Amino acid sequence: MDRLLYVAMTGAKQLMQAQTLVSQNLANVSTTGFRADLARFEARPIQGPGYASRVNTVATGLGFDRSQGALVQTGEALDVAIDGDGWLAVQARDGSEAYIRGGSLKVNANGLLENERGELVLGDNGPLAIPPYTQIALASDGTISVVPEGQGPETLAQVGRLKLVNPEADRLGKRADGLIQVTDDEDVEPDADVRVASGFIETSNVDIASTLVDMIEFQRQFEVAVRMMQAADENASRAANLASIS
Amino acid sequence: MESLWVAKTGLEAQQTRMTVVSQNLANVNTTGYKRQRAMFEDLLYQNVVQSGGMTSQQTESPTGLNLGTGVRVVATDRQFSQGNIVNSGNALDVAINGRGFFEILLPDGSQAYTRDGTFQVNADGELVTSSGYTVQPAINVPPGATGITIGLDGVVSAIPAGQSDAVQIGTLQLTDFTNPAGLQPKGENLFAETQSSGPPEAGTPGLNGIGTLMQGALETSNVNVVEELVSMIETQRAYEMNSRAIETADQMLQHLTNSL
Repeated sequence: MDRLLYVAMTGAKQLMQAQTLVSQNLANVSTTGFRADLARFEARPIQGPGYASRVNTVATGLGFDRSQGALVQTGEALDVAIDGDGWLAVQARDGSEAYIRGGSLKVNANGLLENERGELVLGDNGPLAIPPYTQIALASDGTISVVPEGQGPETLAQVGRLKLVNPEADRLGKRADGLIQVTDDEDVEPDADVRVASGFIETSNVDIASTLVDMIEFQRQFEVAVRMMQAADENASRAANLASIS
Repeated sequence: MESLWVAKTGLEAQQTRMTVVSQNLANVNTTGYKRQRAMFEDLLYQNVVQSGGMTSQQTESPTGLNLGTGVRVVATDRQFSQGNIVNSGNALDVAINGRGFFEILLPDGSQAYTRDGTFQVNADGELVTSSGYTVQPAINVPPGATGITIGLDGVVSAIPAGQSDAVQIGTLQLTDFTNPAGLQPKGENLFAETQSSGPPEAGTPGLNGIGTLMQGALETSNVNVVEELVSMIETQRAYEMNSRAIETADQMLQHLTNSL
């Protein structure tokens, strides 16, 4: 059968994949600090014998959208969002260092700071231990100070500092668990210029309008691809009829 | 087919969030209720094209194609911020101003903890919650006693019948946890200790960072109605968008089956 059918089929399949990505972004419109996934289509000419008319399309990831989401005020001292560029370091479940855009932090039963997914938040020297406190405050440079239990507000003690980093954008990638990590092996040094906002969380940065438009566009393109498959089928059927003696 | 399932996880997560919002709104007048938030996380990603894979001898692809599989509610995070303290005028109403919980003895002998200080005296003269569970450490009010006074530091005194001087009849204690958000809600305004809350640490009100007591007052629910309503609108719209994604994926599949 004509190769047209296969070229059109590849297009339809890739569009279906792109639609999965659209669904993923829409499913995560309410996920704190979620970064939208991006993809685009690439033309891949097929090498080989025959006339060079076959150009398949391939959906390729473009990483994630780095733009800032909206900051929503919650008033909880341990809700943190990064204001501007930068990332907050956490220990992923596999023990490696990964990055998030903030979240609702908690002091767990062992006195260590963790995020809502249960990953330990890292300070400049590993996980942050918070002593029992009556008041806790987070400075914009990530310094955590507490009023220790049993003491008055005059004894504000510094207990550590969040590890805030800002690696170059092209070194970052999404892990399979949705956390961000650096794709090379080099260590990431803390960056003193990253600012955190305490009492805020950052919303997902999925652009709803453009995502919905993408969804419609992919749907229509899919229909065109299917139409091409239909055309290929009709051509083949005509060709078959041509040969038959009526 | 994947996009149908991904959007389905979005619908489920928003549905759960709606339940949490409804629960908060339903408890807007519950004494000592602490509001909850649904926290979302993205599900695992499928690696379709590996990033950093070689595209030729000299070049590698800068980013791969990773398709996510949706979203889920990872936690309902309870926020123990202080509710408003309102005067009720009832001598046996006690509000906690600051950290801490009252310890309650359940009928099965286990402990529970509550911020709801609507106490009563039962037939045996014991101080009990509105559900009838005794407060720990037990406080016995002598029959006919008047002028029950509960101090900031938990000292309970009363004037026994036929006397004129108040005598101390017990002390209310408060219990604190390292991570109150890790407590397990049991209903009836009660919480139970868990591994993640840390062990209970009993203490005298007003000492070591534990809150003080206020007699004749109650702590209202800390639900912020406006915030809940905004969150409800957001949830509804997000739900609609996900259902739209399902509809679109469905139409694409329908078009495919009908056309070929």
